[in-house]
Amino acid sequence: MAEFTDKEMEIEIGQMLRIGVSLSALVVFAGGILYLRSATGAPDYAHFHATAEHLRTIAGVLHGVARFDAASMIQLGILLLIATPVVRVILCVVGFARQRDRLYVGVSALVLAILTYSLLAGAR
Amino acid sequence: MSASSFSALVFGTSVVAGILGALTGLGGGVVIVPVLALLFKVDIRYAIGASLVSVIATSSGAAAAYVREGLSNVRIGMFLEVATTLGALLGAYLTAKVSSHWIAIIFGVVLLYSAYSSYRQKGDHPTAAVPNALAEKLQLRGSYPTDAGETTYSAQHVPLGFGIMFGAGTLSGLLGIGSGAVKVLAMDQAMKLPFKVSTTTSNFMIGVTAAASAGIYLARGYVDPGLAMPVMLGVLGGSMIGSRILVKVKVATLKTVFVVVIVALGAEMIFNGMTGRI
Repeated sequence: MAEFTDKEMEIEIGQMLRIGVSLSALVVFAGGILYLRSATGAPDYAHFHATAEHLRTIAGVLHGVARFDAASMIQLGILLLIATPVVRVILCVVGFARQRDRLYVGVSALVLAILTYSLLAGAR
Repeated sequence: MSASSFSALVFGTSVVAGILGALTGLGGGVVIVPVLALLFKVDIRYAIGASLVSVIATSSGAAAAYVREGLSNVRIGMFLEVATTLGALLGAYLTAKVSSHWIAIIFGVVLLYSAYSSYRQKGDHPTAAVPNALAEKLQLRGSYPTDAGETTYSAQHVPLGFGIMFGAGTLSGLLGIGSGAVKVLAMDQAMKLPFKVSTTTSNFMIGVTAAASAGIYLARGYVDPGLAMPVMLGVLGGSMIGSRILVKVKVATLKTVFVVVIVALGAEMIFNGMTGRI
């Protein structure tokens, strides 16, 4: 097999990003239509009272989506969007591994480890 | 105001935020936070949650074009991301220990100074002729398309750039916003990378850094769906437009836009620090 170049790797990553972004936009858009049809007036954002409990965890959001809750659907799209940079880093680890570039497999795996740690530490 | 007209207004603002965010490599938050907080009177915590969504949307929305054109550099981005994410962890740890008002004010002054020094140097700085030994070892080099054809570049002052990136990460952990400016400045001014490579690589990095803190903000209830929906859709659209403009526009024009935006960001930081918003 010919060498897997940086350019090919970046094009693959670019395609993945386009799919991820389109999918999340589609979910947010669908949730948005549901939300605007049921909304009566613009909510009060001047005072902070934090979002509902079920919108703050992945499990809660998925439960909400099963109930066709508009806010949960938007939140699912946002979660998909948040996942795109994470998947991008994972694809870099894989891409550098295919190039047998040990240095950059290490570098991108380290970034992935820090990223996972802060995502998990934040969710707790 | 009805929910539809509120969403439409926020959507319009977000399109502009996405264009500017993709052009400058700073992400949509630069526009989103002040507009939501000052014009729409949105609480700063909701504004920061929306800003986080907008930064990831800008980063992922513009990335496809930057990758295709060969502008962003994945190795340089990934290498520097180690410093930024570690810095962000330190910043999050420090939030409880230091006064963020003063940090915001100092950061604002630094931005105004950087705007001044960027402004003095009109076009791109000359590409370094001598490859830097450390940069070669770490493969922090590449080539990108210019009017004069494919041009090669190699990073300079790698340890300094890495150090500034660590600082940028700490700032983003502490303040939640604004670290994109430091990333562009570190690559452009310290590492002497071409300006378009700096902004597009920063565009890659801000998405990863923002994703790292997304868990915290989501769990604290800062990300409100009613607000995030128009912001995300608007910024995505804007960033796709912005990325197409960046590919064609002259470096001098791009730098002018960048300087104007960081002057505004610097003033915003000083204002927020003084009024105790941050």
